[in-house]
Amino acid sequence: MPENLEGTIGPEQQFKNFLLEGKFMIQRSKSLNQFFFHPRVAFPGSGERDLEWVQVSGYGTVYSTSCNRRLPEKGGDFNLSLITLDEGPRMMARVEGINPDEVEIGQKVKARISDLNGELAIIFDVIKG
Amino acid sequence: MLENDINKLKGKTAVVGLAESGCGLANGWNAMEIMANSVHDALDDAGIKLNEVDGVFAATAFHSMAAMSLSEYLGLKPKFADSTQIGGSSFLSHVLTAAMALDAGLINVAVIAYGSNQKSAGGFKTISEAMPYEAQYQPRMPVTAYALSAKRYMHEFGATREDLANVAVSARDWALLNPRAYTHKDGPLTVEKVLSARPIVDPLGKLDCCLVTDGGAAIVMTRSDRAKDTKNTPIYLLGAAMEHHHRMISEMPDLVRTSALESGKRAFEMSGYKPSDMDTIQLYDAFTINTLLFLEDLGFCSKGEAKELVKNNNIGPSGNLKVNTNGGGLSCVHPGMYGLFVTLEALRQLRNSSGDDVGQRLDGGWIDNAKLSVAHGNGGVLSSQVTNIWGVSETI
Repeated sequence: MPENLEGTIGPEQQFKNFLLEGKFMIQRSKSLNQFFFHPRVAFPGSGERDLEWVQVSGYGTVYSTSCNRRLPEKGGDFNLSLITLDEGPRMMARVEGINPDEVEIGQKVKARISDLNGELAIIFDVIKG
Repeated sequence: MLENDINKLKGKTAVVGLAESGCGLANGWNAMEIMANSVHDALDDAGIKLNEVDGVFAATAFHSMAAMSLSEYLGLKPKFADSTQIGGSSFLSHVLTAAMALDAGLINVAVIAYGSNQKSAGGFKTISEAMPYEAQYQPRMPVTAYALSAKRYMHEFGATREDLANVAVSARDWALLNPRAYTHKDGPLTVEKVLSARPIVDPLGKLDCCLVTDGGAAIVMTRSDRAKDTKNTPIYLLGAAMEHHHRMISEMPDLVRTSALESGKRAFEMSGYKPSDMDTIQLYDAFTINTLLFLEDLGFCSKGEAKELVKNNNIGPSGNLKVNTNGGGLSCVHPGMYGLFVTLEALRQLRNSSGDDVGQRLDGGWIDNAKLSVAHGNGGVLSSQVTNIWGVSETI
């Protein structure tokens, strides 16, 4: 990278900008042909900087899940899960569309970009088998 | 190049004083006052004067530069200071750093301290920044992270909420023997009580979670040659090691395997002892799942088998494994960062069995002839893992 970063943006802002365009993009090292998340300036652990942004399929599997209890007047219970994307990396997200305590490990899910508390976020829905 | 000798630090340093202050409720006291009380009391316990302290180690959720603030408050000009903040495990890493600084001759007397008035100041206190790529989902940290681990653990090994509850029941049984424990007079827990407690983040209910209390603690460390001349029984550092592989729970490579696999292995290797040699086992039990994970990762049983190991109160006072003998973070004390209390209990058990007066316990609360203790600290969201092995002089 050039020393002077003026006029460029970092990976976090790039990720958010893609969301504004309606795209769920993550990074991949070309030489490793491996994806990773969250966005970074280099591949974690080995440091490859030959990165490219790739639009993911949006498909994933619930790796673990929790039902966060919250008072109804504050919005009620909500789900919080860790999702393993089909491309390999894992991320935190919410699974919606079913009761927050009915999400199960191993369920197949599909991502959508949605507003969450005034900010765009990746939300997953259970794929109806 | 010389071969790296990790055993170089074994037995070179010792804790010669310890104290706690304001555990439970300390209305009217601030975090610094509680921490400073602990330091002065620990120095009194050691019989070492304040102006001999030349190494200061501290971390809190109230001070961004804890060692500097503490030094100023105490009126010290340390030659070495360390405010390393790796969550509740910080103090066990301070032990390692202090041992290195003492052994290198940089300092002669180290204090390691913590203080918190979180309970009387309104509840769980953190100075953690929001986690990128997680915060927008509003996880209830740290509970959500541990719930995710517990859920995965149950899925992989067929464990149940009852298995988790067994941990809380045994911790309480220890607390009933310890007058210092916050829940000492609260009576025993049952699996049913744990299961029917208010759900917080499924699968964890309120009694799967640690207490929220005030409290401070301090220990005094010096080189072993000096330790022989202090007024109490020195307890020697035999092994210490740390590792971490994530900060955010979404980055944890495997939700049921912690870095304690590595910190424990290296700490035991340095000490020359193995898990089964330990007379007391002090584990950072912020949540019931912790105890299961750390029993496995430190080598007390195979992966997935801790749920069997904790059955029939086997980690309680009548059991074979003397685990969290103060009552743990679940039933003794948990003022936000519990690491130094893990250490305190490991040391107190060894000093008691050496004949020092470190307080009263009901019958069975002190472990007879205890010579070796493991203290294991956890920080963040199953992130930082630090293991210390402590022993009486004959174990060096």
